[in-house]
Amino acid sequence: MSILVNKDTKVIVQGFTGGEGTFHSEQCMEYGTNIVGGVTPNKGGQEHLGKPVFNTVKEAVDATGATVSMVFVPPAFVADAVMEAADAGIELAVVITEGAPVKDMMYAKMYATKKGMKTIGPNCPGIITADECKIGIMPGNIFKKGKVGLISKSGTLTYEGANQVCNEGFGISTAVGIGGDPIIGLSYKQLLQMFQDDPETEAIVMIGEIGGDLEIQAAKFIKENITKPVVAFIAGQTAPKGKRMGHAGAIVSGSAGTAKEKMEALEAAGVKVVVSPAEIGKAVKEVLS
Amino acid sequence: MNIHEYQAKQIFAEYGVPTPRGLIAETVEEAVENAKELGGNIWVVKAQIHAGGRGLGGGVKLAKSLDEVKKYADEILGMTLVTHQTGPEGKLVQKVYIEEGADIKDELYLGVVLDRAKEMPVIMASTEGGMEIEKVAEETPEKIIKVAIDPTIGFQGFHGRELVFGLGITDKLEQRKFIDFASKLFKIYMDKDVELIEINPLIKTGSGDFLALDGKMGFDDSALFRHPDIEAMRDISEEDPDEREAAEYGLSYIALDGEIGCMVNGAGLAMGTMDTINYVGGTPANFLDVGGKANAETVAKGFEIILKNPNVKAIFVNIFGGIVRCDRIANGILEATKMVDVKVPVIVRLDGTNAPEAAEILKNANIDNVINATDLLDGAKKAVAAAKGEL
Repeated sequence: MSILVNKDTKVIVQGFTGGEGTFHSEQCMEYGTNIVGGVTPNKGGQEHLGKPVFNTVKEAVDATGATVSMVFVPPAFVADAVMEAADAGIELAVVITEGAPVKDMMYAKMYATKKGMKTIGPNCPGIITADECKIGIMPGNIFKKGKVGLISKSGTLTYEGANQVCNEGFGISTAVGIGGDPIIGLSYKQLLQMFQDDPETEAIVMIGEIGGDLEIQAAKFIKENITKPVVAFIAGQTAPKGKRMGHAGAIVSGSAGTAKEKMEALEAAGVKVVVSPAEIGKAVKEVLS
Repeated sequence: MNIHEYQAKQIFAEYGVPTPRGLIAETVEEAVENAKELGGNIWVVKAQIHAGGRGLGGGVKLAKSLDEVKKYADEILGMTLVTHQTGPEGKLVQKVYIEEGADIKDELYLGVVLDRAKEMPVIMASTEGGMEIEKVAEETPEKIIKVAIDPTIGFQGFHGRELVFGLGITDKLEQRKFIDFASKLFKIYMDKDVELIEINPLIKTGSGDFLALDGKMGFDDSALFRHPDIEAMRDISEEDPDEREAAEYGLSYIALDGEIGCMVNGAGLAMGTMDTINYVGGTPANFLDVGGKANAETVAKGFEIILKNPNVKAIFVNIFGGIVRCDRIANGILEATKMVDVKVPVIVRLDGTNAPEAAEILKNANIDNVINATDLLDGAKKAVAAAKGEL
């Protein structure tokens, strides 16, 4: 077991034939991901990386039975791609692209929700179920199979956290990079519940950052619904107010969205909160022994 | 991206949001000419900088004669204005906006921003105009009315009624005027990919008209590609030169006031590195995300920008190599140290794909001030020790 994706998941790639799409699709296929085709308008009928290319997501879904789409299209076309996937009956869109306008994502997410499609991202490393399926841009080799679920707003902190967990002798069931934009698809709450329900996952690592209140909502949710141990790190304790720290959503506005407030809320919910990401591995060992 | 008050008011005017009449000036002579052209016998001389609190800092003056316009424009142009939003170094004033005086009866607040929890825009309004809205939110949150608007239906009559009843506007004509004002502001927010739009104060005049006395606007950087008119309003003199230079090379840089320069791949890990330095007793000198494609050129540029800060006593390079292999990054770092003269100790932690090979490369290079670290904590500790001259 795992969450959302496994070795049987059929994946298509939107923006399949572009530079990034090609490079990362190849890496995913090497990892073992079952990529069954891709979509690039006006290139339908061609073959790319040994897989069929379609003009539309609908055609791709009809021909391949794909349920998940990995999205690599340029920022200006992200919303269109997400809505097309939702319209074609895709169940999960994993949006890697960075720099999609917030307004576009606002509409795209509303439509996806209406159509019952889940979204991960945008601006995220993707999702990986260790040794089974990688849909995204993370280095697959650091994710060893195991029993820790990981949810993170940050790409490299996902790698850092997973690496430490594996170095401590544990492994990862599924890791999800949710992205740090102001509007994102799946968030901590939904993913925490999935990990709670996954028999393979025994502990959860949650990595957040300054800005917004998703971590605060997660803390409330954990208190009421999650019985598995949770380890958390919130990046940006030393970040100045009013400055955007790389991610579009990572900004403390006024006194809202600080790391301190999030860490306190999580601690109050019984979460093991670490002050430095260097402590994630050790903390996982602690809660699992 | 932020714009000046006078530019925000140009956008307001395009959409029919009422503002006092005004003209922009870069010299004292222009300022006086502007006042003459506007007519009347009372004007406001307003410093144009990207920061709030200008009035308290002496950047907004009421002039009751052309002589006073001249006097105040002369004072304000070229002054370094310090407000609670500029930081202690303040900002140089290069433009003044000359505006006709207004008959202020009431001061209100009106703003539109994204409600991240609801994932839709929210209009915020308050009777406590002219005050810092964050203070109002903290002390008297009941005095802020929030109306979230589903963008698929847009601004409807009931949204407007919630606003006017919430603000206690009872006169029917005034209600109509305010609702019209708010609906236009919302349209600007949606049309222009605005991140934040704020009018504080929005005034009611003696004759019951509503006017935007101030205007603050920020835009979604990711959407600027479809708004060349907004992009043209960029005032680069308002932006931090080092941050701007870094951005030109695809680096995301923010200066802080500590001693340890940081160079990291990924924004989250960059913040995590700063936090870890702090955790082991040091102080970070900056946030710097070199992005996913760290190579010799970007690393060299990173060193250059970090070293502009005279407080930097050591640099911590913390890279988690994913798709990009660590051995390549190690070579990039070595090359970069040849391109830029780095006199402070550089602590390098490379982890991830091919990390052992990378450690070997750094070891063999045998450069005195390049010190290898095994993991994040080790690297942070070594950086702190190096900054204290203990390594």
